[in-house]
Amino acid sequence: MWDVEIRGMASAHAIVASSIFLATVIPAVFLENFSVYGSHMVWLYSVAGSVAVVNIAVFWLLGISPPTKKNTLSFKINRLFRSCLYFLLSCLFYHTVVVLYGAPLLETALDTFSLAVLLSTFTTLRCLCILGPNIQAWIRVFSRDGALSVWDTSLQITTGCSLVGAWLGAFPIPLDWDRPWQVWPVSCTLGATAGFLTGLLVAPVWIHWHRKLLTYKLK
Amino acid sequence: MRRLPVLLPLIWVCSVFYVGIFLFVGGFLLVRLEVNRTSTCADILSPGAQVKGDFCLSEPRFRRAVVLIIDALKADFTRYDPENTAPKPFENKLPVLDEMGSLHPSHARLYTFRADPPTTTMQRIKGFTTGSLPTFIDVGNNFASNAILEDNLVHQLGQVGKRVVFMGDDTWVSLFPKKFHRSLPFPSFNVKDLHTVDNGILQNIYPTMEGDDWDVLIAHFLGVDHCGHRFGPDHPAMAEKLSQMDGVIRSVIKRLKNDTLLVVMGDHGMTDTGDHGGESQKETDAALFLYSSSPLFSAPGSQMEPEVVPQTDLVPTLALLLGVPIPYSSVGQVLLPLFPQNGSRSAPTGLSQAEALWINVKQVNRFLETYSNMAKDIPPDSLSLLRADFSNISSQYLVAVQEGRLPSPDLVVSMQNYLTSVRETCRASWARFNPFKMAAGLLILGLACLLCCVISELSHLVIQEGFLKLPIFSGLVVGMAVAGVQLFSQGYLELSWCLAGAALSSEVLFLWKTRRVSPKDRWCPARLLTPALLVLFLRCASLLSDSYVIYEGHVVTFLLLTLSVYIPLRLNWDGLLVPLPPPDTQKPPMQRQATLPSSVVRRETTVLLVWLGVLVGSLYVSLSFHNCREEQGSCQPSPFLSPLSRVQDSQLRNLHYVLSVASLATWVYLLHRWLRHYGNLNCSTVSVFSACFILPLACVGMGLHWAVSATPEDTFRNLSELIGLAHVFLPRAIFCVLGLGLLLLWVDPMTVFIKSRTPVNSRGTSLPRPRYRASTGISPQAELHHLIPQLYQRIRHSLEDGGVEAGEVDDRPAVEAYGLGTVFSAPLLLFCGLLGLVLLLLHPEGMALAFLLLLLEAGAVLHIHACSTNLSSLSIHSSGYSVPWASVVSWSLAAAQFFHATGHLPTFPSIQWGAAFVGFPQGHTGTVLPASLVILNTFSSHILFAVGCPLLLFWPLVCEVRGTRSARSVGGEESEDAVMEMRLRESPQKFSSALLQLTARYLFVNGAQVLASVCAAAILRRHLMVWKVFAPKLMFEASGFIVSSVFVMLGLIMVMRVDIAVGRLFKKLLPQNSRLFKLRNRNKPHISAIRLQATPQVLAEMWQQLLSSRLVLMRLWHRAKSGVDTV
Ligand SMILES: [Zn+2]
Ligand SMILES: [Zn+2]
Repeated sequence: MWDVEIRGMASAHAIVASSIFLATVIPAVFLENFSVYGSHMVWLYSVAGSVAVVNIAVFWLLGISPPTKKNTLSFKINRLFRSCLYFLLSCLFYHTVVVLYGAPLLETALDTFSLAVLLSTFTTLRCLCILGPNIQAWIRVFSRDGALSVWDTSLQITTGCSLVGAWLGAFPIPLDWDRPWQVWPVSCTLGATAGFLTGLLVAPVWIHWHRKLLTYKLK
Repeated sequence: MRRLPVLLPLIWVCSVFYVGIFLFVGGFLLVRLEVNRTSTCADILSPGAQVKGDFCLSEPRFRRAVVLIIDALKADFTRYDPENTAPKPFENKLPVLDEMGSLHPSHARLYTFRADPPTTTMQRIKGFTTGSLPTFIDVGNNFASNAILEDNLVHQLGQVGKRVVFMGDDTWVSLFPKKFHRSLPFPSFNVKDLHTVDNGILQNIYPTMEGDDWDVLIAHFLGVDHCGHRFGPDHPAMAEKLSQMDGVIRSVIKRLKNDTLLVVMGDHGMTDTGDHGGESQKETDAALFLYSSSPLFSAPGSQMEPEVVPQTDLVPTLALLLGVPIPYSSVGQVLLPLFPQNGSRSAPTGLSQAEALWINVKQVNRFLETYSNMAKDIPPDSLSLLRADFSNISSQYLVAVQEGRLPSPDLVVSMQNYLTSVRETCRASWARFNPFKMAAGLLILGLACLLCCVISELSHLVIQEGFLKLPIFSGLVVGMAVAGVQLFSQGYLELSWCLAGAALSSEVLFLWKTRRVSPKDRWCPARLLTPALLVLFLRCASLLSDSYVIYEGHVVTFLLLTLSVYIPLRLNWDGLLVPLPPPDTQKPPMQRQATLPSSVVRRETTVLLVWLGVLVGSLYVSLSFHNCREEQGSCQPSPFLSPLSRVQDSQLRNLHYVLSVASLATWVYLLHRWLRHYGNLNCSTVSVFSACFILPLACVGMGLHWAVSATPEDTFRNLSELIGLAHVFLPRAIFCVLGLGLLLLWVDPMTVFIKSRTPVNSRGTSLPRPRYRASTGISPQAELHHLIPQLYQRIRHSLEDGGVEAGEVDDRPAVEAYGLGTVFSAPLLLFCGLLGLVLLLLHPEGMALAFLLLLLEAGAVLHIHACSTNLSSLSIHSSGYSVPWASVVSWSLAAAQFFHATGHLPTFPSIQWGAAFVGFPQGHTGTVLPASLVILNTFSSHILFAVGCPLLLFWPLVCEVRGTRSARSVGGEESEDAVMEMRLRESPQKFSSALLQLTARYLFVNGAQVLASVCAAAILRRHLMVWKVFAPKLMFEASGFIVSSVFVMLGLIMVMRVDIAVGRLFKKLLPQNSRLFKLRNRNKPHISAIRLQATPQVLAEMWQQLLSSRLVLMRLWHRAKSGVDTV
């Protein structure tokens, strides 16, 4: 049962990772003068969009999303609405945090917001997919023994990796190398994406490695 | 608590750090040897060539010279652009230079005159009189100018009998004592005074010029420089000043005779803010204007004109034009356009270009030979290259002279190249390092950091008597031994190596000794791998990159933010941030054994998050108080940094003023509010007096002072005398008042109000019974533990219940102690508050807001620390009061952050010299007072955070969780009530070791940063940015460490004084009627029954007795334990 779950998660992660890859390659084929640095916003939204779509699709198909007691249409719509609201709020939250961390307040507000959208896609969207719009559960997941399934553990790992990646991405900005990727927010988005990919890769391996130590409560 | 065992290790560690810094700086900073030989007219530069002397061999080109030095005459000020229709205040204000240049092209020239860094006035005067390159280490000497002992132009002029008349900046008189024929010095240090020096010169210069009592006239104007410092170049006052200078130059030109050379020059430029000292082009590029009434230059275009004239080149040029020997150690090169291309020109006699160059070359060669014999710092390969060059030139020149033909232009060019390369070689090699000293310093600093770490981890061991005896003693012995060996073998003593030997040996012995402690106590480095120290590591690593040093303010803010966000995340990860779900059967029960009640957790979490918000907010706002380095391209310095008198818009000025005064009032209000809240403002002791009266008084005084200093000079002309007096006396009065407050607080640091009051029986409301569970009464130790809580708790209850009487059954007077719970932190906080006001007074008015943010941020760091300690107190069964690394690192980062947020930068030009004039607008006579004022200003945030460092230890106790009532309901058992800081007195041993640990950690965090900047300077010593970024950073970091360590000790001693005072307080309540009490005690098995109805005397007696009996019991207990062990 364990191996099945881990294998399922690994393949889901592989699909998400390849979607990032495709989101980088396909626009390059169809769009003229597309490049990761040059037309950074296009790349960013293409990655964010594809990750969002693939995540939702994968979790829908796998049926990972939390069990719901009610199954009425209005409840589902309410749920959907709340998810959208949470996603938007998380974008605003990330935007504020990034500004507090030193991003320019007004000049590049759009770029900063795009970074916030990307981060929300990597973190909040997965939380929404796995845990549903339930803040209590989110807070619970990010504690030492708050993970209830392999998916929760993978959520811990990918979220942590994405945020740490974005944080590390801020490091090269002050350096005087004059590289195109040092422009705000390129290094941070690249860092976040790299962190997310690392998280996707590491999560199955780590869980496999520590499967003896991980004891999940039954749902 | 134990005083000496805490202080001794810290003093020892600090002195080891100082030795390391001293050694490294001694090996790192440039030293240039001064050649104490002088040129004379009779000198024969190359032996055998001529019989006559080389200098003074022909009639000089000029008999007299007028040298007008306009301080900080930037190159930009002298350019004239007729098409500029809307010139800025500093543009197009000196049209005379351009006019003369275009009207008389053969009489006048304007050059860019490039100074060598450091661009401070004294170094520049030294530079353009000796023709040499004063080094970096001289920067600090601007306070006390010392006489120039090297050979210089003024000396040479005097030697040949020229009468040098000097007027202006009085720095010259101290640099050249008794060298002038006549001198009219005017005080120079008062930057606010734009006119005294200039007007003094103007009154004297024309009569002097018209008279005949002079040969060389030197006039040093300071108005432009002072105007720059005061208002910046972009200010109407600058236009006024420059126009005045234009008039001066015109009048001087009118009075010039044909045999007189006019030199108008700036000693350095200025930055956009009007400061100087660094090496940006804006600071180094001054102007040089040469004029003579007789033709001086060949027609423009007929020969190569230099674009930029190095400042050293003026010395040989003037020397040869006036017919005096070139000073011995000059490395300058004659300015060729001032000499005729061949000697046959109709102009008055003088040297031709080739002749002048030849003399110059020989002189420089002689200097080079002398210098390379004296000091070995010029690399031998470049020296031999230069020698070959010289012999080549010399043979070619001599051949040409013998054949009677003119030296070829190629030879002239090669002579010029030779001179240039000598200059460059000297400049490069005077960046001379002493690698042994640097390595020793580095090693000692590294070990000292390790030492701090070990002390912090093993503080309970180090505090034991005699642990340090061996290392310190051996250090002294080794130091003496090294000194003896040196004296024996070399005959002289080099202090730095003795110190190095002492420091190293004591460090090594200490580390070796700690290796031998029992494995249980063994220090394991793996424990240090925490994210907090990772942040510290990142901070240290950032000091190795020039970009990160340039953006240091932002880097520190970023790291501090990261660290403070990490704390709640970590708490959540440990499951402590949110109330736990109801006990979980599946979990191992041991993890759930002790939990805080959920309401407490919720409240603490809210408090934590609110303070996190405050911290983040104040961090973000404080970014707008940063100053700008010249390297930061598009950066605008904070508008709050300029003094109010510089703000031109009156509405804006009023707004800034109101804002500053409001934040000042808030600062005082917050302190007052806090002290009142914890009951520290009730007694009538002097320290409370200082809190109640001195704080508001100083606040009012500062508001007045700012109002006075913000008024523009010309608004109240009739009140100007009064205003002048206020400038002097208001700040001095505030200093005195605040100093008095600090002194009173130091002398009597108790803010506790003990009051015996007679009970009022008629009220009849019963006091909550002291909740003391006597079930532990079996163990005498446990009983002892609770005695002081009892006292305190009793006091607190009587305080909380307001007028409720103390005696319940008995009618003995009860005791009330206000503020006993914050007995340590209250005086310390008050001390910081008063000190903060002193420091704020030294800053520009706008910084009041930054200081308020500093207070808020310090409070936020303390509260976050306290909340996280409270939240994790039950899960981590920490013994003692150990302060976690995360809090210490964020405390230190906050200090570094506010260094930047109060407008400081680790660069010399950004030092706020204005601080030296607060209360002393007329300048100073000594150097100690202004220097200490500037140091206080520069390191104010270091000082405040260092003094407040022990607060980290007290704050969790101040904010102790007082959820006892709810705790009982959940835990089902009574827990003791809050006793706050009295808890520290229960276990003096733990208190001492915690204090030692905290201070050692703080020193480690600061020392690690010093170590990192020392490493940066050592590794990158050939880096392009070393003198611009790393060396100043090292100096600031090292001085910051020294200041911090001194003030952290001060805070520590303050805590000890409080401790003594508390001890004395308890002793004062010593019992007379202890018999009664004893009887009661004997009769009742449970202490709870006593209920503290005895008089204070009885209570204190009980406490004393039990303390002593506790010692006996402890001893017995240990003996019994060891007995069991041996069995
Ligand atoms: Zn100057
Ligand atoms: Zn100046």
